[in-house]
Amino acid sequence: MAQEQVIAGDAAVALPQGMAGVVADWSADKQTFHVPWGKAMMWIFLLSDTFIFSCFLTGYMNVRISTTLPWPNPSEVFALHLFGQDIPLILIAIMTFILISSSGTMAMAVNFGYARNRKVTAALMVVTAVFGASFVSMQAFEWTKLISEGVRPWGNPWGAPQFGSAFFMITGFHGLHVSAGVIYLLTIAFKVLRGDYENTNYEIVEITGLYWHFVDLVWVFIFAFFYLW
Amino acid sequence: MSSQVASSEAGTADTGQQHPIGLYLKIWALLFILSACSYAVDYFHFAGYLRWILIITFMWAKAGLIVAIFMHMAWERMALIYAILLPPAFLLVLVGMMAVEGGYTELTRLLFFGPEG
Repeated sequence: MAQEQVIAGDAAVALPQGMAGVVADWSADKQTFHVPWGKAMMWIFLLSDTFIFSCFLTGYMNVRISTTLPWPNPSEVFALHLFGQDIPLILIAIMTFILISSSGTMAMAVNFGYARNRKVTAALMVVTAVFGASFVSMQAFEWTKLISEGVRPWGNPWGAPQFGSAFFMITGFHGLHVSAGVIYLLTIAFKVLRGDYENTNYEIVEITGLYWHFVDLVWVFIFAFFYLW
Repeated sequence: MSSQVASSEAGTADTGQQHPIGLYLKIWALLFILSACSYAVDYFHFAGYLRWILIITFMWAKAGLIVAIFMHMAWERMALIYAILLPPAFLLVLVGMMAVEGGYTELTRLLFFGPEG
């Protein structure tokens, strides 16, 4: 109630115009999201990132619908020859489980962060980063395998040439996010361990976690639409 | 104990989102099961509408668990939930238009260039 009256009172006062008005409006003591500002900013960044990945996936859907050539079967393209037989999509499945596990350790790191347990928090974040790095390594292996089999952004031996461009762009952009996340995680883990955040509530761990869970979230959609379709 | 107190206060200003580890472990296990189910859809060669229904169901279940529990959206205030989750809903319009456009492009390709188009 008291806050509403203050806002109503402000409106009655003549507001400054021009550049002074810009400064006054942006520096006014108002708050929409009752969370630490870094968390609100991370959420808004992730919202914009959602639109980027959605555009990629929608573009992929469009070219896959519109091509008159058969689309290469991902189940066979991404199969690995293990233990004397071809197992479909096995590497992708392993990568999925690794990314989910990294999300699990990240969620636990957030808990230990709020408990102000610096060592366990940093350790769990490093474990998360190691999971992330192994994910990127497997992706590099997959790229190498496909490139050696003749997949290019403009063509491949099995069918619709759009397969290569969609694959390299979508998984490449996701892999870039994972790589950036690994660096981000290691940086924050180091700063947590050093005690840089002792005068805060350790919300930085939760904010880092938001980014990392988002990377996992995007993979859920890529897995469903690119690999299982 | 302290984690339970924190979670009941979640949503108030400047309170961290601390939830029991046990909850995270349960969600972790659930995500593993759902991923295994998704993989099984491909492994056992489900096809047609059944494949689509299963893939989409498991996908949204996983996405929902990650956003709600791991990203703590379930405990955030309504203002933040709407600000973040409502805009992506409009992407469905884009997806719908591009699906129609894709079908039209395929049709014109077949008409003018033939099936090898």
